[in-house]
Amino acid sequence: MNFNILGFISAAVVAGIPILFGTSGEILTEKSGHLNLGVEGLMYMGGAFGLIGTYMYQQSAGESAMPWLAVVIALLVAFLFGAMGSLIYSFLTVSLRVNQNVTGLALTIFGTGLGKFACELMRVKEGGQIFIQNYLRTAFSGPIFPKAMQDIPVLGKLLFSYNVFVYLGLAMALAMHLFISKTRKGLYLQAVGENPATADAAGINVVRYKYLATVIGGGISAMGGVVYVMTTAGTVWSPHTLDGKGWISVALVIFCLWSPAKAIWGSFLFGALNLLFLWLPSRYIPTQIYQIVPYIVTVLVLILVSIRQRREDQPPAALGLPYFREER
Amino acid sequence: MNTKTPFIRLAKRENIAKPKMWLIRLAAFALAILIGMIIYAAVGADPGKAFSLIFFSPFTSKIGRRQILRNITTLLGTGLALAPCFKMKYWNIGAEGQITMGAMACSFFALKFADRMLSPVLLIVMALSAMVFGALWAGIPAFFKAHWNTNETLFTLMLNYIAIGIVAWLQGGPWEGVPGSQIIPMFSKNAVLPKLLGVHIGWIVIFILVFLMFIYLKFTKHGYEIAVLGESENTARYAGMNVRKITIRTVMLSGAICGLVGYFLAAGANGTLNSSIAGGVGFTAITVAWLSQLNPFAMVAVSLLIVVLEKGAGSVYTTLGVPSTASEVITGIILFCMLGCEFFINYRLIFRNRKEEKADEL
Repeated sequence: MNFNILGFISAAVVAGIPILFGTSGEILTEKSGHLNLGVEGLMYMGGAFGLIGTYMYQQSAGESAMPWLAVVIALLVAFLFGAMGSLIYSFLTVSLRVNQNVTGLALTIFGTGLGKFACELMRVKEGGQIFIQNYLRTAFSGPIFPKAMQDIPVLGKLLFSYNVFVYLGLAMALAMHLFISKTRKGLYLQAVGENPATADAAGINVVRYKYLATVIGGGISAMGGVVYVMTTAGTVWSPHTLDGKGWISVALVIFCLWSPAKAIWGSFLFGALNLLFLWLPSRYIPTQIYQIVPYIVTVLVLILVSIRQRREDQPPAALGLPYFREER
Repeated sequence: MNTKTPFIRLAKRENIAKPKMWLIRLAAFALAILIGMIIYAAVGADPGKAFSLIFFSPFTSKIGRRQILRNITTLLGTGLALAPCFKMKYWNIGAEGQITMGAMACSFFALKFADRMLSPVLLIVMALSAMVFGALWAGIPAFFKAHWNTNETLFTLMLNYIAIGIVAWLQGGPWEGVPGSQIIPMFSKNAVLPKLLGVHIGWIVIFILVFLMFIYLKFTKHGYEIAVLGESENTARYAGMNVRKITIRTVMLSGAICGLVGYFLAAGANGTLNSSIAGGVGFTAITVAWLSQLNPFAMVAVSLLIVVLEKGAGSVYTTLGVPSTASEVITGIILFCMLGCEFFINYRLIFRNRKEEKADEL
């Protein structure tokens, strides 16, 4: 058996990055005490509109389209739609005091519907599935470092062979880790998620923190959708492309115990589990069983965390609970 | 300190008049439809025509009416199943998985014992096995919730995908019909539910269940315990209730009904099993249950609305060429508006410039 371990690791990293975006955004949201079950919908919206935005830029600029600008447009459009979707969520849950779980699920129904609707409409209008031309596609899924660096034995493949989103994703997750655990604002945010009444009494603007965390978090999650569409899915839309990507992101939030730094390793691991059936085909373990391993592992983590009750491993204490100032 | 009164203040409404409450809800619904119309207009379809197609076309044909009844059975059944859980404030997001597991269990008997049992016996065995499996699958997170307070929202969510994965494996492996087809063969006639008015008889069971669930939640000891536990776990404990037992019992009941819905899907609507048999109904039903404020009779109306929208958007696609996924978008918008409007029923806004008396009238 020849198992190319380097190739496997680098493929796992690429496969894990969309989930890393989805998870990091959801961690930011959950740190404010809001469980947004709309990630699936947000990623659909991000993926669909990010692709449509890039496609429109490609059609209007033609051959003169700048690859880096296309990448920026894709991410920006995805972020804006994600932020818009979670703005609806936060308006309903924070201001109008609607139940979080139900609102999140409504957002999933709305978001997956809107994403599919928009791309289906584009397909009808353009007379075929929309996709990104080759000369732009390399900007999304091609390696960004020069050939010489990729040719360094072992390290080249392991560190320098990736597309732009891998480095952006890592930077984003690290920045979020530093923000949450090292800055004053990050600690305030954690206080809001742990005990909003205390945070409120301490003079923290709870409503503002909740809004900002859910909206920015939702935008980041949605970027995961476009990253997936532009890399793994090969810039082509199909209605089931993003199925389950949001839910696995929610799973990873639990698996990495609400830490963006741990989410980096977690996303690589989930990416690896997702690919394992391709790289290690076994007569005894069917593909479908490989694919439920991430969920089983997550359940085990969830159980262990609740039994061990170690304080630093717990979800934000006020996660999913409503906070009404006058009822404290 | 800022001594100025804020621009908008809130006050809790104690008793809102019934007509006013319904007026607010009607306004919210009208707003949702208006947004839906704007969407249709924006993509170049006649909004009036689109909505008359949505609301009327499903009822004009026999097939349409049957499909509506069949889909309501599934959605309403799942909504009813979730009601006791939600009343207890136990967030069962796992109906999808419980339905799938129920369908899987009954499919086992349908595939392996079809020629060895009389049809009625087989159908009863299938129903029981589906309920037991649904209950057990729901019972796992309930057990951990009751003993270690494991987060049930996340746990049940994960179990959905495990259940779907297991069925996907059966579909491509042990239970596959023609090798390589990835399809489980259709059940033999013995294992398919009889029909009434063109739809499998499950719909009668579900409509009876509407009444039973209403009585269960409102007039039985169990229903009372569920309500108390939902309001406050500590109160339930001080009153001497066995919180663990109530939690596990209620959730397993919910899972059993979900399993039954899975049975109706496999042995009734589809006549076979596949991994996407629940098809998202577990999630939609959560919003149905919540919008109905857990009232079984209201659930009938809400699930009718969602099913009609879904079906009607299909006719809009065939006639006007607007993609049928518009139904999901509009369902989402209706949900947002209806969920949000409850706030204006429970609270009233007081603007700074208005006099207090005036605001009282509002």
